[in-house]
Amino acid sequence: MSRQANRGTENKKMSSELFTLTYGALVTQLCKDYENDEDVNKQLDRMGYNIGVRLIEDFLARSNVGRCHDFRETADVIAKVAFKMYLGITPSITNWSPAGDEFSLILENNPLVDFVELPDNHSSLIYSNLLCGVLRGALEMVQMAVEAKFVQDTLKGDGVTEIRMRFIRRIEDNLPAGEE
Amino acid sequence: MADPVLFEFLHTEMVAELWAPDPDPGWGGKKSLSVLEGLGFRVGQALGERLPRETLAFREELDALKFLCKDLWAAMFQKHMDGLRTNHQGTYVLQDNSFPLLITMGSGPQYLEEAPKFLAFTCGLLCGALHTLGFQSLVTASVASLPACKFQVVIQKS
Repeated sequence: MSRQANRGTENKKMSSELFTLTYGALVTQLCKDYENDEDVNKQLDRMGYNIGVRLIEDFLARSNVGRCHDFRETADVIAKVAFKMYLGITPSITNWSPAGDEFSLILENNPLVDFVELPDNHSSLIYSNLLCGVLRGALEMVQMAVEAKFVQDTLKGDGVTEIRMRFIRRIEDNLPAGEE
Repeated sequence: MADPVLFEFLHTEMVAELWAPDPDPGWGGKKSLSVLEGLGFRVGQALGERLPRETLAFREELDALKFLCKDLWAAMFQKHMDGLRTNHQGTYVLQDNSFPLLITMGSGPQYLEEAPKFLAFTCGLLCGALHTLGFQSLVTASVASLPACKFQVVIQKS
C-alpha cells in the first residue's frame, strides 16, 4: 500500500523531470545547430510563442479565469494561477512602474534550470528564454501585446531570476459584431 | 512540478523545429529523424539514471521491459502501456492503443504520413532508458491506424 503511494510521487517527480530534461536536450541541440547564442535565444522565444498561443486555450479551459481588467490583475493570474498550474511555483510580483504598465516576476527556483550549468562560452545564452515566448504568445491571444525578458538569472550568478514584463498596448481585434 | 501538458506542447514544437533540418543528411527521409531520436536517447538515459536504486538492479530483460511499460510510461503519459509481447529471443513489441502524442492528431489513417516524426523522440527515449539499465537495443515504431502504435524493441546481444 505504502509502496503504491510511493510510486505515485515517484512518477510525478519523473514526469516533471521529463520536461526539464527534454528542454535541456532541446537547448543543447539548438546550441549545436546555431552558431551564436542570439539565434538560439530567438529560436527559443519563437518556440515559446508557439506554445503560448496554444497553452492559453488549455489554461482558460482549466482555470475558469475570466477576462482581466487591468495589468495588475493579469500579473496576479500569471504568478498565482498559471505558474502554479504549469510549473508548480509561485513567483512573486515586484517593481511596479509608477504607470502600472511594467512589473517583475521573481522566480526563486526555476524548474527549467534543474541540473543545468552554463558553460562559459555561452554567456549570452538566455537559457529559459522559452518562458518569455510563452508569456508573450499566451497574452497576445487575450489581446495584450507585452514584452517579456529576463533581466536577472541565477544561472548567470544573479541572486534571483527576474522576468520583466512590459505592457505595450491592447490589441484591437476585428471582433464580429456583438461580441466582446 | 511541471504539468504534463507542457511536455506535450514542447514535444510538438520540437518535432516542428527539428525533424527536417538535419546537419548530416543521409539516405532519404529516414535519417532526418535521427536528431529527434538522439534527443530522446539523451533524455531516456538521464531519466534512467534518476530511477530509484532498487529498479536499477534489474537482471532480467523482461523486468526492464516491464519497467518501461509501467513506470516509465506512467511518468511520461500518466498511463500504462496496453500490451507487451515477446518471442523470448530478445524481440519485444510494446503496444499502445492510444498513444498520447498522437491522440490530438485524430483517429484513422488520415495523417498517417505525419505520424513517424511524432514517434522518433519516444523511440530514442526507450532506447536510452534501456541503455542505462544495461541493455543495448534497437527501437523502432510503427503505426497502422492513429492513435494506436507499436514500438518494437530488439535487444542486441553482445
